[in-house]
Amino acid sequence: MNTVLALTGVVIKEMYRRKDFYVLFVLTAVITLLMGSVSFFHDTRIVRYVKEIALLLIWVSALVIAVGTTARQIPAERENRTIFPLLAKPVTRAQVILGKFAGCWLACGLALIVFYLFFGVVSGSREHSWPLLNYFQAFWLQWVMLGIVVAFVLLGSVFFSAPSSNATISFVVVLGILLLGRYLNQVALQQPEPLRSIVYGLYFLIPHLEWYDVRDLIVYDQGLVGWLDCGLATLYAAVYAALLLFGAWLVFRRKALNL
Amino acid sequence: MEPIVETKNLRVEFRAQNSGQARKVAVKDLNLSIRAGEVFGFLGPNGAGKTTTMNVLLGFVNATSGAAFLFGVDVREPIARQRIGYLPELTYYYKFLTAEELLRFYARIFGIPRAEADRRIEQLLKLVELDSARKRPIKTYSKGMQQRVGLAQALINNPDLLILDEPTSGLDPLGRMKVREIIQRLKNEGKTVFFSSHELGEVETVCDRVAIINQGELKVEGRVADLVEKHQANLEKIFLNIIGYQPQLSS
Repeated sequence: MNTVLALTGVVIKEMYRRKDFYVLFVLTAVITLLMGSVSFFHDTRIVRYVKEIALLLIWVSALVIAVGTTARQIPAERENRTIFPLLAKPVTRAQVILGKFAGCWLACGLALIVFYLFFGVVSGSREHSWPLLNYFQAFWLQWVMLGIVVAFVLLGSVFFSAPSSNATISFVVVLGILLLGRYLNQVALQQPEPLRSIVYGLYFLIPHLEWYDVRDLIVYDQGLVGWLDCGLATLYAAVYAALLLFGAWLVFRRKALNL
Repeated sequence: MEPIVETKNLRVEFRAQNSGQARKVAVKDLNLSIRAGEVFGFLGPNGAGKTTTMNVLLGFVNATSGAAFLFGVDVREPIARQRIGYLPELTYYYKFLTAEELLRFYARIFGIPRAEADRRIEQLLKLVELDSARKRPIKTYSKGMQQRVGLAQALINNPDLLILDEPTSGLDPLGRMKVREIIQRLKNEGKTVFFSSHELGEVETVCDRVAIINQGELKVEGRVADLVEKHQANLEKIFLNIIGYQPQLSS
């Protein structure tokens, strides 16, 4: 456990010493504040658009941080050869995978906290209401979803030695799932066999990341998601992340360390 | 007494680059045995199989056949590396960390309690003369300073066995002297040191025993003094003779 925690600490240090997070946060803040300062036709519902844009920016920024940070972890260890002094210690490859996952996931969580605090302050200052539980649910579900994304990118990083290829492929897959995943079953119905079975298979195989997107509930001031549903979604994400990490370990344990 | 480092018929083969070629044999049935308290020099020309042997001992590469043990534990078990320190040939460390943070990270991996880790970090940074630069990121260090951080990290767990891969390569004479002093000090403390080097004068000075390998095969092994007496030549001449070097120019 000590080893995993030590590796986690290094990943988090790396995140806050790089500029990625600060750039994304400043961009999100500037765009949100600019949008918030504009008044169209004295429409009081304008705050909804501000919230919608801010949440979209938070989603995009969190995905960029998650994919960007995770994609370079294992390739950078191999390219800079830091993996050698590390594995010369009593460290297993499984611990490296777990430490990297925990580090990237926690780093995403810390970044999300900052983003949601900012979002809470901006929307609270305009609406004069503080639906903290809704914000917490949105944060929690997004963070849990990022757990699947981080595990998926980590699996990709043991296959692709170039972080840029891994990041691009991961982005396309994650965005594809987020935008199209929910429609795959409907697409399957319109296909002839055997394509129908293949698309159906894909529908049940992919992790449904879109389930974790509760932005509309916040934008339109709707109620909370059931806590049982939240728990089940967390369990679903934990199972997918565990399977992806297991796959990453299976590949990494036999992987030659030199590039 | 149980050897600290032992290889039994160790053989390492690598897949050929092209499908038509035969597999490359990097190490051929190597038998080595290093006892506690010895400083053992592992010599050979480039591509002889030194680094591959070290990579097997460190668990980076799996042997094709045969076995390797550290402290009697199979090197495939991570626990075999609990009592070793490893210094790679070049500096491979997280450059965004400071020297102090890097040492604390490795101390944590070894499960060293915080107070003890603080004490060792203090002691090691003084030993490698990086006390004044401890709060600076490693990326701002010179090559010599980075090599010294490497030495400090190799000693953080107070290892009983130190594996050094060309520890003085790229260092200035002062840096080399410092590394030599540290090896000597470790020897006096009863530690075992296994190191590869191309600096034969250095090996002759600090080693108790040496092994010379060429093309993956062990050519000679023995005490430095015995080899010098037997061959009536210094270590450099013995080495060149064993690897079959023929001078091209006549005087």
